[in-house]
Amino acid sequence: MTTKELGKILTANRLSDGEVVFLTRSAAWSERIDDAVLSIEPQSQAALQEKGELAEAGNLVTGAYLVEAERVNGYVRATHIRERIRTLGPTVRIDLGKQVEGTGGAFAARG
Amino acid sequence: MYRYDEFDQQFVDQRVTQFREQADRRLRGDLTEDEFKPLRLMNGLYLQLHAYMLRVAIPYGTLSSRQLDRLAEISEKYDRNYGHFTTRQNIQYNWIKLEETADLLADLADVEMHAIQTSGNCIRNVTTDHWAGAAADELADPRPVAELIRQWSSLHPEFSFLPRKFKIAVTGAPADRAAVKVHDIGLRMHLSESGERGWEVIAGGGQGRTPMIGVTVREFLPEKELLPYLEAIMRVYNLHGRRDNKYKARIKILVHEIGADTFRDEVEAEYARGSEIDIAVSQRELDRIAAYFAPPQFEELPNWSPRNEEHKATNKEFAKWVRSNVAPHKQDGYAIVNISLKPEGGIPGDATADQMRTVADLGRRFSFDEIRVSHHQNLVLPHVRQEDLFDVWQILSAADLATANVGLASDIIACPGLDYCALATARSIPVAQSLSRRLADVERQQDIGPLRINISGCINACGHHHVGHIGILGLDKKGEEFYQITLGGSSSEDASIGKILGPGFAGEDVPDAIETIINTYVGLRQPDETFLSTLKRIGAQPFKEALYETV
Repeated sequence: MTTKELGKILTANRLSDGEVVFLTRSAAWSERIDDAVLSIEPQSQAALQEKGELAEAGNLVTGAYLVEAERVNGYVRATHIRERIRTLGPTVRIDLGKQVEGTGGAFAARG
Repeated sequence: MYRYDEFDQQFVDQRVTQFREQADRRLRGDLTEDEFKPLRLMNGLYLQLHAYMLRVAIPYGTLSSRQLDRLAEISEKYDRNYGHFTTRQNIQYNWIKLEETADLLADLADVEMHAIQTSGNCIRNVTTDHWAGAAADELADPRPVAELIRQWSSLHPEFSFLPRKFKIAVTGAPADRAAVKVHDIGLRMHLSESGERGWEVIAGGGQGRTPMIGVTVREFLPEKELLPYLEAIMRVYNLHGRRDNKYKARIKILVHEIGADTFRDEVEAEYARGSEIDIAVSQRELDRIAAYFAPPQFEELPNWSPRNEEHKATNKEFAKWVRSNVAPHKQDGYAIVNISLKPEGGIPGDATADQMRTVADLGRRFSFDEIRVSHHQNLVLPHVRQEDLFDVWQILSAADLATANVGLASDIIACPGLDYCALATARSIPVAQSLSRRLADVERQQDIGPLRINISGCINACGHHHVGHIGILGLDKKGEEFYQITLGGSSSEDASIGKILGPGFAGEDVPDAIETIINTYVGLRQPDETFLSTLKRIGAQPFKEALYETV
């Protein structure tokens, strides 16, 4: 049976190289969307946002923002195509980006 | 080609040093992102969807073989073995690391290149006809004036914080291949009856979310008055251009709001007031710059090559390529070779490091060390002996660079779109790819005739959809990509803005829709009519009827 949770994850770009990263449960930044902490409640989403601001102030990442996402059978994916592409890499160059290392999550950009 | 003088080199080297310090301070945390962002943008470094993106300036689209070799090397050293040639005749790298950017800029400076003023509210890279100095119809090479404008506009203290970005294009030929009427300022060369060179000054054109055709501010401006007059336009814009709303800040909005006549009066009044500093350039200085662009040492050749004709007669593929991709040269015995970066199913404007090296080498061997980038996202070898065309074609073929579609339906302009761009609302490249597969048959394309299909992935119109004969604009409708189609745009001397045909389409339906439009034209055209002339004669209605009945 498919289980689905809707919420928000916090994403940013790593300052040094621009790599897309996601905030994890242990408040670290991971290149894998599946490591992202999915926040369901508005209150915890605000807390995520605060952590992002702290990380920006600490010069680890830049441009942190919340993204709508869902967890399906234990895997996380962004709901909007823009964020899915950001998570995976260009749909027209599947030899590039996170999709190559398999760190983009278990879903395609569309569908 | 223009070579940096001591001042140019010093200024570019200094900028690398400054940026290295700025980036180090940012990485150490001494600068916040808010403080650093304008500094990185001044050096062409954006943060895009997947990583940092660096836009490198290619002034008026002219490159030497050494420079193109270096661009290839940079793509291998700092990126993922490819680069993307843009509609501003520049190149973009998509996977750049902030911590390596200063080293990259130093490698560029070493070959007289940089990324300065490829972003921000300043005067951007000056563009021109990609056949400049070679075109058979040209009055004179416009690049000396483009270079003059580059020097004047680089780090101009008064125009470094304009209301919005500012783009200038220059053409020296009656056939406008530089899209001068859709630029903030467009300059078009004319000759007086006595043969004196002057410039038609067009202002207030542009694309983006409010597309407009520029208005002629001066019919014929003597060349020596060019810089003071440009300065007068810039001052009027700088003073009156809106700074309260970025969407209304371009000069086109100012010209539209106050009207062309008032704008013209303001410019003339400002020009009459003059400047404290006389920036009019002496003929000697113009001649000094022009000397850098002196024609190469062409051989005296007949304008007919038996070898070329023989190969055309015996090799159908070569003949098709010559017909589509080779243009007449001003010098007898020479030809302009247009290299398509639009292979069937490919990504418009992308070239691998190996392909860049192949073209650099061809430039060295067959084109006096010169290569051009076109705003159609193709490359050009401007001066090739007709005798050598077959050899060039063979080498291009081996590098997947001999697609015979320049100026035809599958020579599609497309911005990076949602696959790379943080501003995009929909993908452009997959639409271009599926269309280029659908339209791949070269003989059919040649029968269709000249056709510009331009695709943008958002309203900012980097893919020039407004001036596509067929324009495609990708938008987001409740999280789904959909595409509006416009007809009747042109960036040539008959410039016009395309009009929306009707309701948009899902991405997968776009090829069918475009096919229907093309078939409608082919079915209704009269002998010798182009797509645009048929559209002008019959209007959009037959296309609407065909499109919305069949798709």
